[in-house]
Amino acid sequence: MSFELETAANPGALRRVVIEPVSRVEGHGKVTILLDNDDHVQQVRLHIVEFRGFEKFVQGRPYWEVPVMVQRLCGICPVSHHLAAAKAMDQIVGARHVSPTADKIRRLMHYGQILQSHALHFFHLSSPDLLFGFDSDVARRNIVGVAAEHPEIATQGVLLRKFGQEVIRVTAGKRVHGTGAIPGGVNKAVTVAERDELLADAYQVVAWSRAAVHLAKKLHLANVGLYNSFGAFRSNMLSLVAVDGAMDLYHGVLRARDDAGRILFDGVDYDRYWDRLAEEVKPWSYMKFPFIRSLGPEQGWYKVGPLARVQNCDHIPTPLADAERREFIDFGGGQPIHATLAFHWARMIEMLFAAESIKDLLHDDDILGGELVTEGARQERGVGVIEAPRGTLIHHYRVNEDDQVVRANLIVSTTHNNQAMNESIRQVARRYLDGRQLTEGLLNHIEVAIRAFDPCLSCATHALGKMPLVVELVDAGGERVDAVVRNGDGVCISEDA
Amino acid sequence: MSDGAKRKIRVATTSLAGCFGCHMSLLDIDERLFDLLEHVEFDRTPLTDIKHCGHCDVGLVEGGICNAENIHVLREFRKNCKVLVAVGACAVTGGLPAQRNHIDLGACLREVYVTEPSVLNGQIPNDPELPLLFDKVHALHEIVKIDYFLPGCPPPADAIWKFLTDLLAGHTPHLGHGLIHYD
Repeated sequence: MSFELETAANPGALRRVVIEPVSRVEGHGKVTILLDNDDHVQQVRLHIVEFRGFEKFVQGRPYWEVPVMVQRLCGICPVSHHLAAAKAMDQIVGARHVSPTADKIRRLMHYGQILQSHALHFFHLSSPDLLFGFDSDVARRNIVGVAAEHPEIATQGVLLRKFGQEVIRVTAGKRVHGTGAIPGGVNKAVTVAERDELLADAYQVVAWSRAAVHLAKKLHLANVGLYNSFGAFRSNMLSLVAVDGAMDLYHGVLRARDDAGRILFDGVDYDRYWDRLAEEVKPWSYMKFPFIRSLGPEQGWYKVGPLARVQNCDHIPTPLADAERREFIDFGGGQPIHATLAFHWARMIEMLFAAESIKDLLHDDDILGGELVTEGARQERGVGVIEAPRGTLIHHYRVNEDDQVVRANLIVSTTHNNQAMNESIRQVARRYLDGRQLTEGLLNHIEVAIRAFDPCLSCATHALGKMPLVVELVDAGGERVDAVVRNGDGVCISEDA
Repeated sequence: MSDGAKRKIRVATTSLAGCFGCHMSLLDIDERLFDLLEHVEFDRTPLTDIKHCGHCDVGLVEGGICNAENIHVLREFRKNCKVLVAVGACAVTGGLPAQRNHIDLGACLREVYVTEPSVLNGQIPNDPELPLLFDKVHALHEIVKIDYFLPGCPPPADAIWKFLTDLLAGHTPHLGHGLIHYD
């Protein structure tokens, strides 16, 4: 878990190569590479270059607007922000548990989101690299090229995404930036006609999702040396799991494992996430660097998202996806899989889980009606955590007695993977770029590693990330003199006595 | 299209200070994407690895302007695209990100990265690799001439489809009732 290649000793004397914009990802990022006279790589950084200030301007707004406003953080995973905020606002309105109807409709919406986002990522964005090769012709290395040479794969990708978007439309009113969830519940049930319309395609979607797992697995196994080693690094892993240890992407408790798969913490109520997690600032990126507090910034960084989740849970509660999970775990031979490109395989297992979950929920009559909204004693603080397509997403608000938001903190999925992505591209730079004349194809290797994480740089740039923050004072010899931690409520505590 | 044999229309797209929701709405034309590809080829878009916009017939720009890099990209699009379209609320008005316009940017950054007085060694990210942030978020037409404005957050897929197919057919795009949304 080194930070090698993060900062060159003499940046002014080095040649700079930039990849800008990083393409076939969502959002805005760039990579800079510094090389010496012999083309040896000295520094590699993924920069998040924008800053939006969402958490600041949400202050003063009435709390019930927030689940709709925060969707504009991200057009790819608006449902994740919508639901994380709604879960936080459930606490504000005192709804300790929403009704079965509300819970299941929200889950349906969320699994629609997982399905469409994972399909978009695999088929539209990453499959060109995997099907054609990392340094294949740039003119065809895109979804148009896939449509020309593998029309059935491209068509399935487009239709899988369409189905996920339709599930969102039915539960949220429209495909992008809908309004289904409200504090304490949902604003409408699913009609029988809507349910039947979705059910007509649900089984085909399960079958296609299963085929997608097989495709991702086939690609991995066909080139197992490359896929196992490319941009690979060991790290801790973090995700929500259900209380019984099952995979659950909508609700659960925090579980973290170390790089050998041993439990670091488990069953942690996310209500006080800042006891476990903190963030570090680096001057060259607007995206902060989170870490597990007990381990510190050097050892405590981790990865989130499909590769972490599939290995963090004990089982997946749908049969086809669980069979695929077992095969995936067996592939690791008793050791956690840290291969960056295995994210794709794990992601498709989750897409199958989402497809099966949608099918099951459509057969549940609770979604057709019942109590929509629950309320209780009004609270001042609300935390909502969800597993978004890219990983753990944390929303945290304080609301005053006039119903205005007075404080907001968002730690978005992609931010958790900040150090992991930087580590992965440094591995790739060391292995593939060092000492060579850089070509477009070689530089795309860097982007292939970034894409595996399915980063949503759009989310990452919007979120200000205000809380658990650690600042260290280091003396000239590199020794830590002091560290100050600001906790989730904005209170600063000195770590060292 | 009036003449099926003629060259494909070249289209570039980008997202500036936006959320990619408008690009998602473009993809929400679903399988009509394959029909579109009969008549259109993509230049720089988030879906291709073309990093700079070449000569294009149509440029679709999502998002407003929040930093110096956005300006460079927008000017590159204006220079190279015959028809430049502001797609979605942020491009047309600045949109939701412009809600930060009433907040002092320095105070905003300090609150995040420097924090309360008791914090030691806080820093506002200031590396030369980070583009200059503007104190306000701007709509596209404040910077360059825009030929068409497509409202909505995001504009519905059917509106984007109607707009593009009208343009491809060679007439002035006309969005009838139900296709112009502001939500």
